[in-house]
Amino acid sequence: MAGKPKLYYFDGRGKMESIRWLLAAAGVEFEEEFLETREQYEKLLQGGSLLFQQVPMVEIDGMKMVQTRAILSYIAAKYNLYGKDLMERALIDMYVGGTDDLMGFILIFPFLSAEDKEKQHAVIVQKATSRYFPAYEKVLKDHGQDFLVGNSFSWADVHLLEAILMVEEKKSDVLLGFPQLQAFKARISSIPTIKKFLEPGSQRKPVPDDKYVETVRRVLHMYHDMKAN
Amino acid sequence: MSGKPKLHYFNGRGRMESIRWLLAAAGVEFEECFLETKDDLTKLQKDGSLLFQQVPMVEIDGMKMVQSRAISNYIAAKYNLYGKDLKERALIDMYVEAVIDLNELLMTHTFQPADKKEQHFATIVDKATNRYFPVYEKVLKDHGQDFLVGNRLSRADVQLLETLLMAEECKPDILVKFPLLQSFKARISNIPTIKKFLQPGSQRKPPLQEKDVPKLMKIFH
Repeated sequence: MAGKPKLYYFDGRGKMESIRWLLAAAGVEFEEEFLETREQYEKLLQGGSLLFQQVPMVEIDGMKMVQTRAILSYIAAKYNLYGKDLMERALIDMYVGGTDDLMGFILIFPFLSAEDKEKQHAVIVQKATSRYFPAYEKVLKDHGQDFLVGNSFSWADVHLLEAILMVEEKKSDVLLGFPQLQAFKARISSIPTIKKFLEPGSQRKPVPDDKYVETVRRVLHMYHDMKAN
Repeated sequence: MSGKPKLHYFNGRGRMESIRWLLAAAGVEFEECFLETKDDLTKLQKDGSLLFQQVPMVEIDGMKMVQSRAISNYIAAKYNLYGKDLKERALIDMYVEAVIDLNELLMTHTFQPADKKEQHFATIVDKATNRYFPVYEKVLKDHGQDFLVGNRLSRADVQLLETLLMAEECKPDILVKFPLLQSFKARISNIPTIKKFLQPGSQRKPPLQEKDVPKLMKIFH
């Protein structure tokens, strides 16, 4: 059935947010079913919808896709956001790997103990400013183009913008010292599909709050604190 | 320069092993440069070879590739181990990502503190036998074919075999309830390039021993 993709996840960012970003950037409308109760999750499990018993799950093109990376790669390729050849795809995969690692530090943040949160905040800022942002700053500086790869808009650009905004939520002046990234952020944010996604009322999800954490814990029966990396 | 791919990592499995498996399965000869000390890593970081200051790094086709997924994706696509179209790639990606998750669990076992090891072992066995193996057993049962996707060898088969063998190292009878995975294992192990890789003297690395952990910590911390 060619209908809109349908996303199954909590009403919050988590691992699904990058998928929302990519669909939005590609101008693809999508539906969402939010997991609120354990019963909903068990129903999905029993129905055989979750190949490895996990969400995210996205119904798309007749498939019930799971595994965030698999879903993202599929969307990127389908909507021509994955470069024009193997070499460009290699670069995109490398850059996306970096932003994925960076966002990984932020992903677990809401689930850390109060004490670990403080440490993790410092880790996020340190990794962003000494490992990841310098790499992308240099890429942009070296080729002087508007986009990270192949002089055309790709998944790598969407993912980097998402990561930049997430880190800025932790430290608003974190892009000081990264003029290329500042210009990149402004430029990519004004791409019409992305601009629309950044406006209130879009399907972009807010910073995770206590309610979100409670929902995830309740639905997944995940009551332990996570460990910081 | 197109010479053999050159792998930069420590002399052990870690995140480079899946890449070794893929290259070997594809019949591609490769060289290795082993990090022995922290200085070796620092040198690579200082000369700009490591995009995010990390290994694995593989010199291939004029690129200094980092990020193990990116490297594996490139090798799989280059050597036709990534399916014939988007849909096959989607399946392969789903299967491979789950295998990576299980590998993470297996890989981190040696690093667990003594008081957590037993619990961790139980988690590995539980996830392997209740979450992951049943899925692949069912995939093989449902289509009755020799390979996971598209009736031909792909990276999904190579990476699943790698993981099955690692799981057996953890618990030798872990496949007892999975007859199709057992025959899959035998079948894929017999593919000439893979059979060669499984023989002594190949570039396949042994499991990490506890005694090697301190040396590793010195390089990376």
